[in-house]
Order: sequence, then C-alpha cells, then structure tokens
Amino acid sequence: MSDRRDFFGKALGAFAGLGALGALYAAKRTWDPLPSVKAAGFTTVDLSKAEPNVLYTEMWRGKPIFILKVAKDDKAYSDKRLINVGGDKFFIAIGLCTHLGCIPAYFPDKHKFICACHGGQFDAAGEVLKSPPPSPLVIPPFKVDGKKVVLGEAGPEYKKLQEAGVVA
Amino acid sequence: MAHFDPNARPFSHKWMNERLAVDTLQKVLSTEYWIPKNINFLWAMGMILAATFGILLISGIFLLMYYIPDTKQAFDSVNYTVMSEVGYGWLWRHMHGVAASVVFLIIYIHMFTGIYYGSYKKGREMIWLSGMLLFVTFSAEAFSGYMLPWGQMSYWAGMVITNLFSLGSLDFQGLVEWIRGDYVPGQAFLNRFFMLHVLLMPLIIMALIVLHFGTLRIPHVNNQDGEEIDFDAEAQKWKAGLRKESKVIPFNPVFLSKDVFVMSIYFIIYFYLVFYHFEFAMDPVNFDPANPLKTPPHIYPEWYFLWSYEILRPFPKDPGLVAFGFAQVIFFLLPFLDRSPNVAPASRRKPFRCWFWILLVDMIVLTIMGKVPPVGVYTTIGTVAAWVFILLWVTLPIVTKLEKPVRRSK
Repeated sequence: MSDRRDFFGKALGAFAGLGALGALYAAKRTWDPLPSVKAAGFTTVDLSKAEPNVLYTEMWRGKPIFILKVAKDDKAYSDKRLINVGGDKFFIAIGLCTHLGCIPAYFPDKHKFICACHGGQFDAAGEVLKSPPPSPLVIPPFKVDGKKVVLGEAGPEYKKLQEAGVVA
Repeated sequence: MAHFDPNARPFSHKWMNERLAVDTLQKVLSTEYWIPKNINFLWAMGMILAATFGILLISGIFLLMYYIPDTKQAFDSVNYTVMSEVGYGWLWRHMHGVAASVVFLIIYIHMFTGIYYGSYKKGREMIWLSGMLLFVTFSAEAFSGYMLPWGQMSYWAGMVITNLFSLGSLDFQGLVEWIRGDYVPGQAFLNRFFMLHVLLMPLIIMALIVLHFGTLRIPHVNNQDGEEIDFDAEAQKWKAGLRKESKVIPFNPVFLSKDVFVMSIYFIIYFYLVFYHFEFAMDPVNFDPANPLKTPPHIYPEWYFLWSYEILRPFPKDPGLVAFGFAQVIFFLLPFLDRSPNVAPASRRKPFRCWFWILLVDMIVLTIMGKVPPVGVYTTIGTVAAWVFILLWVTLPIVTKLEKPVRRSK
C-alpha cells in the first residue's frame, strides 16, 4: 500500500519537476535579448576626414565607440593596440570604462581618458594609467575597408590583434 | 460537525462567528497578542514601516495610471504628464519619492534598534533573518523604481549596477546582457524592471511582511532590558484585571494607541517633507532624460545605498566586488556571529557597546564618503572606513566571546 503511494508520489513529483524545469527554461529564454536586438547590424565609419587628437564618438549596438586619430607626438603612438587605417594610426574602442561601464571623457591636452565615476585613467591607446579599471578599453570586432572601418565584423587586422593577445 | 444556528441573522455577529470565527481571529491577531510594557518609541518603527509601505502602495497605484514604460515616453510621462497635467499627480509622485527615501531611514533605525537591544538572538533569529530579507527586497524595489523615470541617473545607475553581475574578472558579459535583455539598458530592460517594481517585488515584499509578523508570534518582541518574560503568566494577570502588576499589554488597543501616537508625529514630519522639502528625494541629474552617450560627471546612488557603494569604491575591481558582496550578506549572519548569550541593551554589554557605536559611526562616515567625489583625503577616509567595517564584523565573534554574563536589573 505505502509502496503504491510512494510510487505515485514520486511519479507525480517527477512530472511536476520536469514541468518546473521546462517552465524555468522558458522563463530564462524569455529574458534573453531578442533576435532583432542581437541582429543590430554593423556600423560603418568613414575615417578619411578625422583630425588628429580629436575624439569622435560613434554608436554601435547601443554602445559608444571611441575613435581617435592618434597624433605622432603622442606617447601612445607606437602602441600595438592602434589600428592602421590608410596610413594613419587610429585608436578604436568601446567607450565604456572596464570598471563599471561609465563613459570616460577625453582630455586632448593631457592625451588621456579620465573616468569621472571612480577616477580611472587610460592613455590614448586605451591602456590603464590608473586603477580601478582592471583592463584596457575593449577593442570591438572590426574590419578595415580602405579609409573606412566596419564595426561588428572580425577582419584580418582584428584577428591579428587576437593572435597577439591584445583582444580576447 | 460545526454548528450553524438556522435562526442567526445573516451577517450578524453570531452568523459571522459560526462561519469565520471572527472572535477567535480578533483575539489571536490583536486583542490577545501580548506586547511587553517595558519598551520605548523605537518599538513603533515596525508599524511605521508597515504604514509607509501602505503609502508607497497607494501612491504607486495612482502613478501607475499614467506612467508609460517606454524608453521614449517614460521621462515625459513622469515629468510632464504626472507632474503638470494629472490633477494632484505631483502629490502622488512626491509622496512616493519621499516615502521611498524615508522608508530606508526607518528601516535603518529599526535594524539598529534590534542590534542595540540584542533582539536577534535566543529564539528571535528568524525575526532578524526575515527582516534582512525585507531589507534586500526593499533595496531591489527601490532600485527598480529608480529606473522608471528613465533619467540620466536611472540609466547610468542601471548600467553600473547590472555591470556588477559580470562579477569582475570572471567577465560574465552574457549574464549582464541576459539581465538587460540587450547589450545596454534599453526597452527590454525598462519593461522588465517595470514588471519587477510594480508586481513581482511588491508580491514578495507582502509575503515577507506576513512572514516577519509570523516570526514575532512565538518569541514575542524584545524589551528594553532583554528580560525573558513568561507571556502566558503575564497575560493571565492582565486578563484577571491585574493590569498594573502585569508586565504585558495587549497589542490592540493598548500598544496600538501608543504606536498611533508615534506614527502621528512621524506623519507630521513626513508630510512636511512631501509638501515643503520633497527635493531631497529628487536628484537634479535625473531631470535630464537618459542619454546613453553621456555619463553624468559623478554617479552616486541614493543616500541609503551609499555606505555599501563606498565599500565597493576604494578597492580595485575584484577585491572591491568581494568587499561589496561581504557588506551585502554580513548583516544576515549577525545572530550567528554574536557568540554572547546575553540578551541585553548594548550599554550593558561591555566590549559590544563599543562595537555597536563604532559600527553606527562607521556606516555614517561611509555614507558621507560615498557622496563626495573620490579624490584626495576622501579616498583615504573612505578606504579606512571600509576596512573598519570589514574588521568590525571579523572581530564580532571575539568581541562577544569576551563578554561577561550581564546581571539582570530588577
């Protein structure tokens, strides 16, 4: 008798548990970013008119992208993180502090980025000068196309940076 | 088999009693729920919190009728529609905003009262734990509500707090994007935090309030001397007419009348703030619409989160997160870290007395340092205060172990 009850109890529990797991998975998927959000295309930026040491901010997947034509007299000019576009060296990165995601401001006279939230600082190649940020500004996937750059697509130059361990 | 008198008039006292046991309910829930006499106004904070939650609920219902959870319309639906078109919309908004801020002040007073009088041990552990769960859910409720006007502070606080879930160098970017439903806070984020704020969190909070009241039932509330009262014996005295000799009073109407008096004073101050000084609960930065391309020069949370924010701030990223996590959970462990058997006010518990006041002052210092920009001497003070906070909790078991048994005063 109690074996029978045990069995029914366990069978009921197992089915209800399966249902609960399914519901949990559905709930998880409901909170996932929508396909339309994920497919938020690629951004093409024309760099032919960029002035040296002037910060340009573009938008890519809802995030600000820093674009800076690094001046030849800048200490960061030889940094391996810089990207060669049509003979000029550019710093391109997601403009969010790697500490907690604030947008650092660029100070052209000091040649560095300063984050107002927690005081982090980066040089003109995005390397950390002062913590709390734990890592350099993140370089997004990109592809160089003449004097233009396509954000969101991993081109050969990006893959080279990956091999060099500069980007994840 | 229950007995139903066929001659009882519908909805008469007898008729209701036979169907719902209203007399028993009233006794159990109010007229024979016993409260010690030896308490002070600090024991009224619980009912003040319940009343403030009621105000938040009612004002929230009215705000809900015009609020639009849309990234393009939310800001105007609050700052234009509710504030200048809806009749008395400003009243609901200011009541909601001020209550949301003041409720945390009362929560902190309520908590520190409990810590001071040792009202978290010897049978009262569940009161403390359910109260801490309420603190966490109120924090989630406050944070999700802060997102809704979709101003600059809403947006950037949302960005910074959700980024915490990447857990530092573990870099769980996928988890952060899952919480936001997007790469950055956007429509999906606003909608789900709206849902959390108006439905899921209030439901959980209401359930926890019931649980919190329930946890009080058996151990009863503490008293000013931490005296162990035989509630049954004292209740018998009261019921036998020995009201002077009895150490307890019934919750209703005796204790409640004292509660209502304290509550009246509280509401005078509260409505003074609502009508004349609501601006302290309204950050001017949040009157700029959210702009994903421009971080405000200085991001800080509302005052009630400043102390834990300041524990996060002075450290590098990963240790900062660990310290922050520590600060979030450590209060839960209070009943287990306190190794002393004494239930007594802190004034009579020697080393613990110092511990209590240092903790209180340290949290005030952390709160102030969390507000000022992280530069120069402020950074130093903040770092020291953060370390003091951590050390206080690490040393608590030792401090309480050293304590001698407290002799009961009469």
